[in-house]
Amino acid sequence: MTILTFDKVELTANNTRIFGPVSTTLDTKGITVVMGANGAGKSLFLALAHGLTQPSRGVVLWDGIPAIETRSSRGFVFQTTPVLRRSVYGNLALPLAARGIRGAEAKSRISAALIAARLDADPAKPAAALSGGERKRLDLARAIVASPRVILLDEPSANLDPATMAAFEASLLQIAERGTKIIVSTHDIPQARRLGTEFLFFSGGQLCETSNGQDFFERTQSDEAIRYLKGEL
Amino acid sequence: MGQETAPEMETLAQAWQLLIGFDAALVEIVGLSLYVSLSATLLAALLGVPLGAALAIWTFPGRGVLVVLATSFMALPPVVVGLAVYLLLSRAGPLGDLGLLFTPSAMIIAQMLLITPIVLALTREAVLPLKRDYDLLLRSVDAGPWLTLKTLIWDARFGVATAFLAGFGRALAEVGAVLIVGGNINGLTRVMTTTIALETSKGNLELALALGLILILIAILINAAIHLLSAFGRRYEVTR
Repeated sequence: MTILTFDKVELTANNTRIFGPVSTTLDTKGITVVMGANGAGKSLFLALAHGLTQPSRGVVLWDGIPAIETRSSRGFVFQTTPVLRRSVYGNLALPLAARGIRGAEAKSRISAALIAARLDADPAKPAAALSGGERKRLDLARAIVASPRVILLDEPSANLDPATMAAFEASLLQIAERGTKIIVSTHDIPQARRLGTEFLFFSGGQLCETSNGQDFFERTQSDEAIRYLKGEL
Repeated sequence: MGQETAPEMETLAQAWQLLIGFDAALVEIVGLSLYVSLSATLLAALLGVPLGAALAIWTFPGRGVLVVLATSFMALPPVVVGLAVYLLLSRAGPLGDLGLLFTPSAMIIAQMLLITPIVLALTREAVLPLKRDYDLLLRSVDAGPWLTLKTLIWDARFGVATAFLAGFGRALAEVGAVLIVGGNINGLTRVMTTTIALETSKGNLELALALGLILILIAILINAAIHLLSAFGRRYEVTR
């Protein structure tokens, strides 16, 4: 079990608080869905959780260790996929190289990641030649290739067609089933229902609601979340 | 010299004879030119590529000064570099004991100093936009400084190769620095450009012209290579 702790985490920019203060502990397995409107703080939450952004105040800990020191034990899928100017294979080799994994071991892990992310592309092809949906799956494969304990995904299905989205969700459910913790942000309510075992709801940089299971949809507590689910926010 | 009957055409014909006959003196001069300029470019790349990439990747105190210096040194007059190296290597100079003055090694050093800023600045230009695109991903996978440097240099490889070729072209075409530190000694330090200058002043135009043709040919080949490289590199570029 991996425990994520946000302890009084705040982020300020130009003397204005744009996030927090947030204190919460996630100690579940399965898929945590981070919900909220555009600009609610979902991406900031994920960036802070992974240690890509440093909090202005407070600390983010994974099993008691600061997030910035444990980045290599997690995978991250970006809202806009960064594509390295290399082959598909070369893109997937980067996280492995960062952990000193090369050669035959790297090769077999890359094949496995391509299958898990359902990306059926020639590994020797330049990654830039992939379609938008394929790039997203490349990003997923890159996030899981080093067998992380946790993967975080920032609105991964924002630009996917329904069939690609279904395949992407199936990959996520399978990855979670194998014991990898998933934290994913979305503003797609049906998708949240399909994937989530735990829900965080953000509004205006504040964590308004945390709940286990489908309780979030049945017994919504906060005004903001109720309005969001009704389509008013 | 056939001064009476169409002298230009006759000179050109003689130059052509030298070229297709692989004239021994000509081959030696071209060979030395390529050796000196390629060695200088390799050394300049060894120094300029990692430094240029580092200047694009990391911020540290004094970085701005370094960038301005490197960019200004791109326009260094070759004779000034030649003079500086001459002073260093001359018998009374600090490195005089090495006995390098008027040897190909001295010419390599001078050309290396001349083109390192070019390779450095062009490498930095090539790495800068990549660093912006890759920054989050490199931090996300916790790539260390060494992997970051390697990744960015490799992925900017087409731009880096262009920097290399641009440096090589400049080294090959340069005359002032190699003339001063090499001395233009027949059979020892005579390269294409210094031979052209000397033979032209002696009125020995056919050899000068033959060498000039080779220089132009090499310049065209280098530019064709740069063109092909950037066309090939575009296959890897992401269009958003």
